[in-house]
Amino acid sequence: MEMTVHGLACARGGITVLEGVGFALRGGRALVLRGPNGIGKTTMLRTIAGLQPAVAGEIGLPPESIAYAAHSDGLKATLTVTENLSFWASVYGTGPDAVEAAITGMNLGILRDRQAANLSAGQKRRLGLARLLVTGRPLWVLDEPTVSLDAESVRLFAGVVRRHLAEGGAALIATHIDLGLDEAEVLDLGPFRARSPSEGGALSAFDEAFA
Amino acid sequence: MIALLVRDLRLAMRAGGGFGLGLAFFLLVTVLVPLGVGPEGATLAKIAPGILWVGALLACLLSLDRVFALDFEDGSLDLLATAPIPLEGVVAVKSAAHWIVTGLPLTLIAPVLAVLLHLPEGGYLWLVVSLALGTPALSVIGTFGAALTVGLKRGGLLLSLLVLPLYVPTLIFGAEVVKRGAEGMAIATPLLLLAGITAGAAALLPFASAAAIRINLR
Repeated sequence: MEMTVHGLACARGGITVLEGVGFALRGGRALVLRGPNGIGKTTMLRTIAGLQPAVAGEIGLPPESIAYAAHSDGLKATLTVTENLSFWASVYGTGPDAVEAAITGMNLGILRDRQAANLSAGQKRRLGLARLLVTGRPLWVLDEPTVSLDAESVRLFAGVVRRHLAEGGAALIATHIDLGLDEAEVLDLGPFRARSPSEGGALSAFDEAFA
Repeated sequence: MIALLVRDLRLAMRAGGGFGLGLAFFLLVTVLVPLGVGPEGATLAKIAPGILWVGALLACLLSLDRVFALDFEDGSLDLLATAPIPLEGVVAVKSAAHWIVTGLPLTLIAPVLAVLLHLPEGGYLWLVVSLALGTPALSVIGTFGAALTVGLKRGGLLLSLLVLPLYVPTLIFGAEVVKRGAEGMAIATPLLLLAGITAGAAALLPFASAAAIRINLR
């Protein structure tokens, strides 16, 4: 399991925000993306997850390998914790065992029959992250996974990620806080900020047509 | 895909899911029209096929903006798009769920409400048949409209404007089937055309809807 990214450029709202991003991520490793707000972390993760096309560059990864966790958790408020997880388990073709493992792994045992609407923000986040465990996918693409988690839950989640890495999985994480993953490499996106055309950067296809 | 269908049906049945919205609207229309038009059986019998079909169509339209909007708002649509189910399959399941929640109950309750409108005796069978054949097209076409407007805030108005013209052929042939059935004339031509529209829409539109969602998620 290896993921390679070469010369990746991605755009948000028609404006190229990142260009020339390249890295390789092997199984058992984690890569933490850093950079100020608006640098394009989310845009890059969405591009890698296949939700939007890359402007340029190549993303090489095994098919059906990504589990993507966005800012929002994708929970259904009127379904219980177990129902939410069971749905994703059947979508990804993993069984009830995976659901049980995820509930235990993210410490959701006492909340299992609670409707998602009645969970606190941090509990919802834990449920959203538990979804990763039922996907059974090797590459986790995580966008700010620790938002609204307390210190203990962050430690719990770091443990979950560490176990995933130990089992040969990989994780690509955009975050501002220190997850306590000592083995993770850090990629600062600052140097990859796309130059505007006035600074010699490439024109977008649309602007090029009018240049 | 069955899991998605079960989830959507379960969400529709739970509180705030919108099940019964279309049904209540249909009920209101068919109860209010006799009050507005007057109790003359002959007049009502004449307009009954049209009123029943217009009511069913508007009832379908009412719940369309919920097809994708809720999943878009809570982020599940992003996650579904990255899940192993093809997006075309997701869209087809969503239309099926919408039909089961609106079209199917409308079809089943229509003969009961048709009594209020003095629908002639021969029309009941064809009312059920035409709604059963036609309402799936309403759901599939409506899902396409919902896919086009998925990212828009308050896209309901635009959705109605986009979808209504596409509903017109279904309405014309559907109402024609009932009218001819009620008058005892041959119904084969409009019935076949109605079935053709449904079959064509169900076969082709999921692909268009999936493409529209992919663009809207960018």
